[in-house]
Formats: sequence, structure tokens, C-alpha cells
Amino acid sequence: MQDKITNILIVGVGGQGTLLTSRIIAQVAVQMGNDVKVSEIHGMAQRGGSVVSQVRYGAKVFSPIISKGEADIILAFEKIEAARWLDYLRPDGMVIINTERVNPLPVMSGKMKYPDDIHEKVAALIPKTTIVDATDIAVRCGNIRAANVVLVGMLSSAMGIPAEEVEKAITAIVPAKALEVNLKAFREGYQLM
Amino acid sequence: MKKLLIGNEAIARGAYEAGATVATAYPGTPSTEIVNSFAQFEDVYAEWSPNEKVALEVGAGASIAGARTLVAMKHVGVNVAADPLYSFSYTGVNGGLVIVSADDPGLHSSQNEQDNRGYGRFAKMPVIEPSDSQEALDYTKLAFDISEQFDTMVMLRITMRLAHSQTMVETGERQEVPLKPYKKNPQKYVMLPGFAKGRHVEVEKSMLELQEYAESTALNRMEMDDTSLGIITSGVPYQYVKEAFPHASILKLGLVNPLPKELIKTFAAQVDKLVVVEELEPVIEEQVRSWGIEVSGKEQLTLLGEYSAEYLAQKLTGSPAPQSFGIEQEVPARPPLLCAGCPHRGVFHLLRKMRLVVAGDIGCYTLGAISPLEGMDTCICMGASIGTALGMEKARGTEFAAKTVAVIGDSTFVHSGITGLIDVVYNGGTSTIMILDNDTTAMTGHQDHPATGLTIRKQPAPKLDIEALVKAIGVKNVRIVDPLKLDELEAALKEELARREPSVIICKRPCALLPEVPKPTYRIYVDDEICTGCKVCIRLGCTGVSFRDEEKKAQINPGCVACGLCEQVCKFDAIKQAEV
Ligand SMILES: Cc1ncc(C[n+]2csc(CCOP(=O)(O)OP(=O)(O)O)c2C)c(N)n1
Repeated sequence: MQDKITNILIVGVGGQGTLLTSRIIAQVAVQMGNDVKVSEIHGMAQRGGSVVSQVRYGAKVFSPIISKGEADIILAFEKIEAARWLDYLRPDGMVIINTERVNPLPVMSGKMKYPDDIHEKVAALIPKTTIVDATDIAVRCGNIRAANVVLVGMLSSAMGIPAEEVEKAITAIVPAKALEVNLKAFREGYQLM
Repeated sequence: MKKLLIGNEAIARGAYEAGATVATAYPGTPSTEIVNSFAQFEDVYAEWSPNEKVALEVGAGASIAGARTLVAMKHVGVNVAADPLYSFSYTGVNGGLVIVSADDPGLHSSQNEQDNRGYGRFAKMPVIEPSDSQEALDYTKLAFDISEQFDTMVMLRITMRLAHSQTMVETGERQEVPLKPYKKNPQKYVMLPGFAKGRHVEVEKSMLELQEYAESTALNRMEMDDTSLGIITSGVPYQYVKEAFPHASILKLGLVNPLPKELIKTFAAQVDKLVVVEELEPVIEEQVRSWGIEVSGKEQLTLLGEYSAEYLAQKLTGSPAPQSFGIEQEVPARPPLLCAGCPHRGVFHLLRKMRLVVAGDIGCYTLGAISPLEGMDTCICMGASIGTALGMEKARGTEFAAKTVAVIGDSTFVHSGITGLIDVVYNGGTSTIMILDNDTTAMTGHQDHPATGLTIRKQPAPKLDIEALVKAIGVKNVRIVDPLKLDELEAALKEELARREPSVIICKRPCALLPEVPKPTYRIYVDDEICTGCKVCIRLGCTGVSFRDEEKKAQINPGCVACGLCEQVCKFDAIKQAEV
């Protein structure tokens, strides 16, 4: 348990599994004896909109949402989403970006261009930026849907959380039939950082 | 052991521990998980009702029959249930009844931002507001006691941020509460004017008793610290206040109607500056001011949307806004959109192509209103489409009706579209109505409803036959069309619009996300030799097809489920099928 509150922002596109991810991270924080709050987005945005899950833990947490400039880590499931939420990051915070590209409506309909290099701009602003093709790793592990767990692996190793703690949480939360692939994907991610 | 629960699960758990045996709801974000999780408990009854009015009426019956009963809905659902609400507040309860109103400041998934604490004042019922999942559980339990003690239903008012935030909860044991005896008591339960007069007296009496209770209940508490700033708050904003002003003195209200006048006066007298922090309407602030207490609130704090610790710190103590990296402006917006393979997509493509006036309704298909589909003219509330179309016809004549359609989902039709259709037939309308039957309530996360033939527990139930129902209402022209067959749909629409009679086209195809939908047997690709880059397929707004700027050609993306829509709209046959 720690005095300072840790703030993690998980951002992506509705349907990418941000909810499951925040639940795994929150479960780890519970196991380690913290007070934990998680704010989720259900409903309309889950239909392909920009979604955010917020995990906060420490000795005592009040607000379930993270203020701008306060997030320690942003975990982005999609390339441009980290940039959308970047103002929530502490200046010395960390960003992990999956290079998966999901075109938003204005891009699909040709009204805007997809800012393909935006993750590089983020990296230029934030020294602690890691860019990864988690989707590719997940495919190699046997299921494209395990990309989120690859990212959980990277996040937890970057934060110095013991792998066993996270594997325990994954085992508790992920359905049994998907467990093996997920553990494999997690370990792949964990040894990347 | 403590565990994480979202507020909605905690409410269900609280009702279960309080011995509730009946729960009813119509789905609606952010309330849906409440009765859905209650249904997971054994030995209790839970139902998806056809709409919120019925949910509250079934709840009232269960309460009068002696059971502790939970009824849940989103904020606008309370409007639908308002008629029984205003009279059930007169009859009072037998078994305790708690009605949950899940409000949505910030409009995360709603059509308005109404503040349902107002219902407490108008319908004369106590309103309780928890600020985290533990309180959601504890206050729900207490709400059942208050309901029985004061012979009134109790509203548990929550917001999206409580409903969908997980916080730590210590759960308890279920208390087995036997049914209260049922006794015939028409003076209490038959709201004839003569009897209702007597009940009104009782209601005012119990409101006075509740006012006294409010002064001493542990639901309201003072947290005294530095007295230069005193804040009255409730619900999730309490958490923001604690975070932004760790040393301020706070009066935290768990019972927000009726308010503890004396407690508030005592608190006000002890602080130099008094502020009310409440999202949306100044419900507390205006009452406090009416008692001659100097107080501020909405002159600094907005009536719009959600608050946050950061917002409160900026507004109340002028702390600077955090610096911006300025990169956000470069990011295209990402609104929600219809899924790849969604059976609604083709409908709106067609409606726009045919330049029809579209009286729309609420559901996933409301996304057909936004770019690039832009196939909807109006959307007011659930069930409004059919009445709106009829009103347009009555205002502008049958010529106008010949280019107007009402579009409504299956769950919404059952919820509140049926009476509109009766009106069309009864009053000689000629409207063409499309019922988008995707065999589920997709928008709120795929709940069953009477026309899916399954209950909340996925048990088989008699299946409401929409076609037979529509015919029984008196619509002679009823047909069923597959909305992914655009030619057939277009032909059907033209024929029915030309008819000077009401018609219903049932667009029948299950939601693409339902597990029973078979995997595609072929895949779709773009033949680059033929593609002219005309972008007709792109105007479908589907994640399955995108445009390559460099080559000026369309391309099929991995998310494609081979629904075949882009293949049908392509004028050059450049989009083709191939083996998987
Ligand atoms: C009075 C009221 N209750 C509930 C809701 C939440 N809600 C919006 S649309 C909808 C039903 C959607 O189902 P359907 O009409 O079948 O359309 P689908 O989403 O499946 O396309 C619900 C429950 C609401 N907006 N208003």
C-alpha cells in the first residue's frame, strides 16, 4: 500500500477491451492492499466511440476520476487515442501506445486525415513513451483479442509489479477458455519493458 | 473480504441483503446493471418490464402484496413512470419499495440532463443519494427500512459516475424478510378522490416526520475542519470536494429530500463562507437560500454536465488550469458508430438516398442521424417517432406523408410505439412505419424483451409476435423485409409510401453482435482494377471499408463481416466475394 495515489488512464475505442483491462489492473491493486476506484464508460460510447477507463489506487482514494495533469500512465489501445487524452498526463508521466489504427468517422468519411505520425509527436513531447505493436504480438500468441493483456504486461513490468500478482488477477478475471492465450500474451508484454 | 463493485452491482446486492424478493426494470444506461445483477441471485424474482411505467406498476403491486421490491430505471424512465409514481406516493407501501433513478449529468448516454431530485419534492417522497459503492449498498438497505417506517416509496438517486465506478465494498448477509400480511384496504390503495384526500393528509404528515428524521439520521453528517469554508454536498460531488478541499468543513447529505433545515442552519452558523456543491439543478441551494441563509453555488458553478475535483478547485479557489500539450486539437473526433454488419446501416443509407423525411427514435439506430449516413430528421424520446410522423402528416397533408417514414426499434416499439401506431390507424393517418427488428435491445447492451422470446434469465417465454400485433391494431399493409437486401427494401418502401393507408415494414435481421449470428461463409474484397474511387461505399460509414488516399481506391478492412452492403451499393461491381 502506498500513500501517494497512482493514476492510470486506459484509453481506446469502444469494443477494444478497455473495461476488462481496467478490471485486471484494479484487481492487482486490490490484491496489494490498496483502496481502489475505477471509473468505466458503458453505453453508447461502447459502439466504436472514444472510451476511457480510469484506475486510481493508494491508501485512500476519493474522486473516481483523474484530473488533468495527474495521470501517471496512459495506456492507449489505439494510436491516436493517447494524443486525445494526453493533457491528463503528468509532465513526467509515461505513455504506452499500441500502433493499431482504427479510423474514426471523420476519417472514414474523408472529412479529416488520420494523423498517422501523431504517436511520434507524443513521443517527442513525453520522454517516457513506448510504442508497440501489441496487436501483432497478440496474433502470434494465438488471439488478436489478447492485445490488451500484452499492454497490461508492459504496464505492470514498467511499474515494477511482480508478474505473479498480475497473473493471479488475470486468472481471476479472464474466462477459463481464454486464459492460456492471455497468460502467454501477458508474459510477452511483461518481458518487453 | 472487501471487493470492487460498480455502484449498480452494489445496489442490487443491497436490495438482496435487505430481503427484497422482487425487482423490475426497463434497461437504460446508466441503470441497466442493477436489475440485471439482481437477477443473478437465487430465490428472487426479476424481470425486464416492457417499459418503466409497467415496471413501477408491477413494483407497486409487489409492495402492496407485501414484498420488499426494487425498481430501477434511467432518469428519463422516471418520466414514463411518472403517472404511477405520483399516485403510488399517496398510497404508500406495504413491503418497502425503493425506486432507483440513474441520472446522467454529462449526457454520456442520454437525450437530456434532467435532475431527478426534483421528483422527490414534487411527488413528496424521500430521496437518498449515495457517494460510492459501499454507500450504495448500505443506503439501499436503509432505504427499505425508511420506506416501511414512513410508509412511502423511497427514491435512490444516483448518477452515471456512481453507477459505473467500481469502489471497495464490504458485503453482508441476506436478511430473510417474510412477506408482510396482505390486507384489503381500499382507503389506502384505491385512489378515488375521497380516499386520496385522506392519503394526502397522511403524505404531508409523513413528510413532516421525515423532516425530523432528516435532522438526526446518520445519512447526513458534518465533517468539521477549517471553518473558513463550509461546503454542503451530496452524491459523487462529495468525493470531488474531499479531493479538492481536504481541509474544508463539509456537511454531507445522504438524505437530500426532505432537507435537514436545523442541521443546515447549525452548519451555516459555524462556517465563514457557505457553498453548495451539487451537479445540475440548484435543488439544495435554493431551499437553503429560502431560509434566509447566505449561500452561494450556481453563481460560480455550472448547471451543465459533471463536476470534477479539478473543476471545483479552479472555480472555487481560482487554482490555475493545468497546462495543455496542445496536441488534442490534431486528433479527429471519434463519435460512436454503427458496427460492421449492423442491419440498421442499409436502412439509413436508403432513407437518405430516397430523400425522405425521417421521424426517428432512440436506439443504436439513432446513430443513423450522424455523418455520413445523416438519415434522420427528428428524435425526441422513446416511442416518439410514430406520433411525430402522424403529426407531420396532419400539419402538412398526405403529400408530405408520402415522403415521410417513422423508424423505430423493436424494443422501443414494444416500450412505447404501440399506442402511437394505434393513433395512426384510429385517426386516419397514412404513415409508413419501419420497425427495425434486430431481436434485442442493442443500445443498452443486448437485453431481451417481450418480442425476443426470452426472459431476463434467458428462460424461454411466449414470444410477442410483432407482425400479428400490428395487424390486430388494424394495419392492413404489413411486410417483413431483410434490411440487408437493399433492392427489396427500396421496392417495399416505394410501394408502401405510395399507398394512402398506414403501412408497416418490419426490417428483420438480428444485431450483428449477437452470438447466434453465423460467421460469414465468404469474404469481401475490392477489385482495384475496377474501383473508380467514387466513395459510395465509404458513405456507408462502416469500419469494414476505408479509402486509400494514395491509390484513390476503397479497401476492405479486417473488421468486415461480409454483410454485403458495400457490394450492393457499388455501381461498378468492384466489390466482390471470394472464398474465406
Ligand atoms: C424512457 C427511456 N428508457 C430507456 C432509455 C434507454 N434506451 C434508449 S434506446 C433503448 C432501446 C433500444 O432498443 P431498440 O429499440 O430495440 O433498438 P436497438 O438499440 O436494438 O437498435 C433504450 C433502452 C431511454 N432513452 N428512455
